[in-house]
Amino acid sequence: MNFLRIAAIGKSFGQNHVVKDFSLDIDKGEFISFLGPSGCGKTTVLRMVAGFEAPSAGRILLDGADITGVPSRQRNIGMVFQAYALFPNMTVFDNVAFGLKVAGVAKSDIATRVDEMLRLINLEHLADRYPYQMSGGQQQRVALARALAPRPRVLLLDEPLSALDAKIRVSLREEIRAIQRKLGITTIFVTHDQEEALSISDRIVVMNGGRAEQIGAPSDIYNRPATRFVASFVGTLNMIEAEVLDPNGTVRIGETVVSLAEPIVHRGPGEKVSLALRPEAGAVDRAEHGDTSLPGTVVSTQFLGSVIRVKLDVAGHRMSFDRFNAPDSRLPNIGDPARLHFAARDLLVVQD
Amino acid sequence: MKKGFPFASVMIAILAGAYFLIPLYATFQFSLQMVRGEWSLAAYRAVLGSNVFLATLSFSAIASFTAIVLGALIVVPTIYWVRLKLPRLRPLIEFLSLLPLIIPPVVLVFGYIRLFGSNSLLPLTTSDVGTNALLVVGYVVLSLPYMFRAVDNGMSVIDIATLTEAAESLGASRLRTIVSVIFPNVRSAIVSGAFLTFSISLGEFVLASLLNRPAFGPYLVQIGQDRAYEPAALAVMTFALTWACMLMMQIFATKKPGTRLLPRFRFRPAKEMPA
Amino acid sequence: MSMADAASKGERMLDPMPAMNFARRWNWSWLGAAPFLLFCLTFLVAPVLYLVNGAFQNPAGTYTLDNIAALFSPNMLAAFSLSMRLSLFSAAIGSVFGLLLAYAVILGGLPSWVRPAFMTFSGVASNFAGIPLAFAFIATLGRLGLVTVVLRDVFGFNIYSAGFNLFSFWGLALTYLYFQLPLMLLIVTPAMDGLKAEWREAAEILGATRRQYWRMVALPVLAPSVLGCFLLLFANAFGTLVTVYALTGSRFGVVPIVLFQQIQGNVLYNPNLGYALAFGMVVIMAVSNILYLVLRNRAERWQK
Repeated sequence: MNFLRIAAIGKSFGQNHVVKDFSLDIDKGEFISFLGPSGCGKTTVLRMVAGFEAPSAGRILLDGADITGVPSRQRNIGMVFQAYALFPNMTVFDNVAFGLKVAGVAKSDIATRVDEMLRLINLEHLADRYPYQMSGGQQQRVALARALAPRPRVLLLDEPLSALDAKIRVSLREEIRAIQRKLGITTIFVTHDQEEALSISDRIVVMNGGRAEQIGAPSDIYNRPATRFVASFVGTLNMIEAEVLDPNGTVRIGETVVSLAEPIVHRGPGEKVSLALRPEAGAVDRAEHGDTSLPGTVVSTQFLGSVIRVKLDVAGHRMSFDRFNAPDSRLPNIGDPARLHFAARDLLVVQD
Repeated sequence: MKKGFPFASVMIAILAGAYFLIPLYATFQFSLQMVRGEWSLAAYRAVLGSNVFLATLSFSAIASFTAIVLGALIVVPTIYWVRLKLPRLRPLIEFLSLLPLIIPPVVLVFGYIRLFGSNSLLPLTTSDVGTNALLVVGYVVLSLPYMFRAVDNGMSVIDIATLTEAAESLGASRLRTIVSVIFPNVRSAIVSGAFLTFSISLGEFVLASLLNRPAFGPYLVQIGQDRAYEPAALAVMTFALTWACMLMMQIFATKKPGTRLLPRFRFRPAKEMPA
Repeated sequence: MSMADAASKGERMLDPMPAMNFARRWNWSWLGAAPFLLFCLTFLVAPVLYLVNGAFQNPAGTYTLDNIAALFSPNMLAAFSLSMRLSLFSAAIGSVFGLLLAYAVILGGLPSWVRPAFMTFSGVASNFAGIPLAFAFIATLGRLGLVTVVLRDVFGFNIYSAGFNLFSFWGLALTYLYFQLPLMLLIVTPAMDGLKAEWREAAEILGATRRQYWRMVALPVLAPSVLGCFLLLFANAFGTLVTVYALTGSRFGVVPIVLFQQIQGNVLYNPNLGYALAFGMVVIMAVSNILYLVLRNRAERWQK
């Protein structure tokens, strides 16, 4: 049975429909990311789960009970905010103890639990510090400990890493995932950073325009994007147009006939179809890579250190491909003819 | 969560609004009641027709304007110079400029009377001119914190050092730099400080009274003791004047250099400033 | 407990006054600041020092603590006590009502035009002190004032026979409120704006009630600002005499009025006692202003 069920919720501010008919079932202990551009409604869904916004339609059930009308302070949910939101007048200890204190937990129990939480985030030596005396990364770890201290049933993370430096972002997201696994706590993580979502989630909900475009495991989302939006938002993608010869999976790209791994739905012979190819799925001038090849011309080359990015013109479409740098590798010249090799099954049919 | 009607907030706002507005209305209504049984502007006519009113008001206006000019002459070059060349002196200058906030006017004028009395090195209080000068100086001191803050804020917005170097690298002399580059850029800050000075010194009572000057403040007190309706009319006029001063000050305080406010400030094209 | 800790930490963190390390070698650029320094020295520092020096001398010029001791004589103490009570009281009600008003206007969910209306009005009203203010209140709550008359004729309630008198302590306090309340609103608004919505939400989702949020988070965060404003209002009321003078003449013996009379007519028969009175005022003003700066410093630290 599903632990957290979001059933067909919607949210409108006047004529503005921010969230439309959003449904999601989350298992106990699952780590779910809401991924999407700003304004896609991901934070609004999170705030409805937290109880800060009331849904205009639909229900939210937690552990079988309808919590749609329950005030946030009675939901027993933990939340970490984008801008830390630590109480500036309290020490680290008092911040972490806050939830226990208002719940009326005995003083000695509070101390034990706070110590446990501070050890969890490796900040037990900073218990007497004030928020303004700490770095952003430290503050956000304290905010995590504060959210976890009252043993919430669900943990909500609202872009918790976006205010931090790139390096700390990576280490803290690993730490968050490790703590989440250790405690087995059901977690919703809101982010606009696809790399973040791909790296730490059990499942990802890609949102656009207030709707869930696709819900699936990170590898599914990346390898099998359901829509053009998902394909373009998650990772970089080369798009190419082809003409359908046979809806069972034969298309023509430029002058080359290619057989796809799957049939093409919704398109008849002679119609155009969009295909996508990940940069890492193709290779330039290396025949051992894949079963299909297309002719092209080198448009530009970029030396990026470990990787060399080559841009080709293939049948009138710009496509870019990466290959690893090797000490003896030679950059192709601009204007040289080149062959693009790939496996036909890596070509994704994208629905517009 | 859905919020209900903000009953408490509305009550507080209405009470506060009533507290603020009723005295203004009461004063206005009172000022119209001079002639028994009818509304009239008789109180205003009586005030405006009085020679003492005109004499004291113009005396105070002149004193205030002089204080504004003197204050600007002392404060503006000092802040410029300290920002440019003497940043280490800044804490001292700042402290001195805030000092008048902790010296009550009555203490300040007491000191003046004793220190510049008849048997001192600088016997200012023995002549009319000297006493007038002392009054103006006192107004400069009283408004120093406000003038300083206004001008200092104005200068912190523009990069004094870079502007000066730019002007000098183009061959401008120091004086020309100040007159044609720095001053236009802090002009609105100075004007904003000027209006504050004006509103402080125009109706000022303690200094004027103890230095025995024929100023507007002592006149107001005298009218308050002698008459019933004229004070209300004077209060209404003063309040309107305060409104005007504050309005002008806010307009100038928020005005960006380069935008024109009044035609008479058009005499020099202001430099384009980065926001 | 956490407040006390914070306070002791805060004081340790405060920078000591930067040592005024004057130029080791002669530098002509110091001359640029000379007019300002000379002006301040002559017309600000010297007069005050003259009084302070005089406060510790007898009329013959020998140093003594007699004048300071005389400040503790019953009638001097009465003047200081009256001043302190009036200033503390008007600052206290100004702070409390100003805080409530700031809450209502900023966080109270009122229409958006209410805030700029109150802020603009406060900008003006906080400068509307002195004689015209006294006139306005005489026209409102004097014996023939509009409110007095309306209450008497329409509601049959005579506030003067009920014990109210505009020319008394309470009347003065009510009049002071007219510039204290706007001043409080102006100063406490940035602090109120600094209360982040996330703090309330974080407290809420951690299980705190509205009351617990205000008691444990919002009020402690506002406290330094509010206390600082309180001290500023106190100093503001303590130093002024014009409103009192315009309302009551010299009958209401607050310290500035006593000093005013002393200067006018030498009622103390001892100029040096006058100096001591001035010295006492400056000390009280300085202490409250320094405390205000310390508290403001703390409030700003939190608001980062």
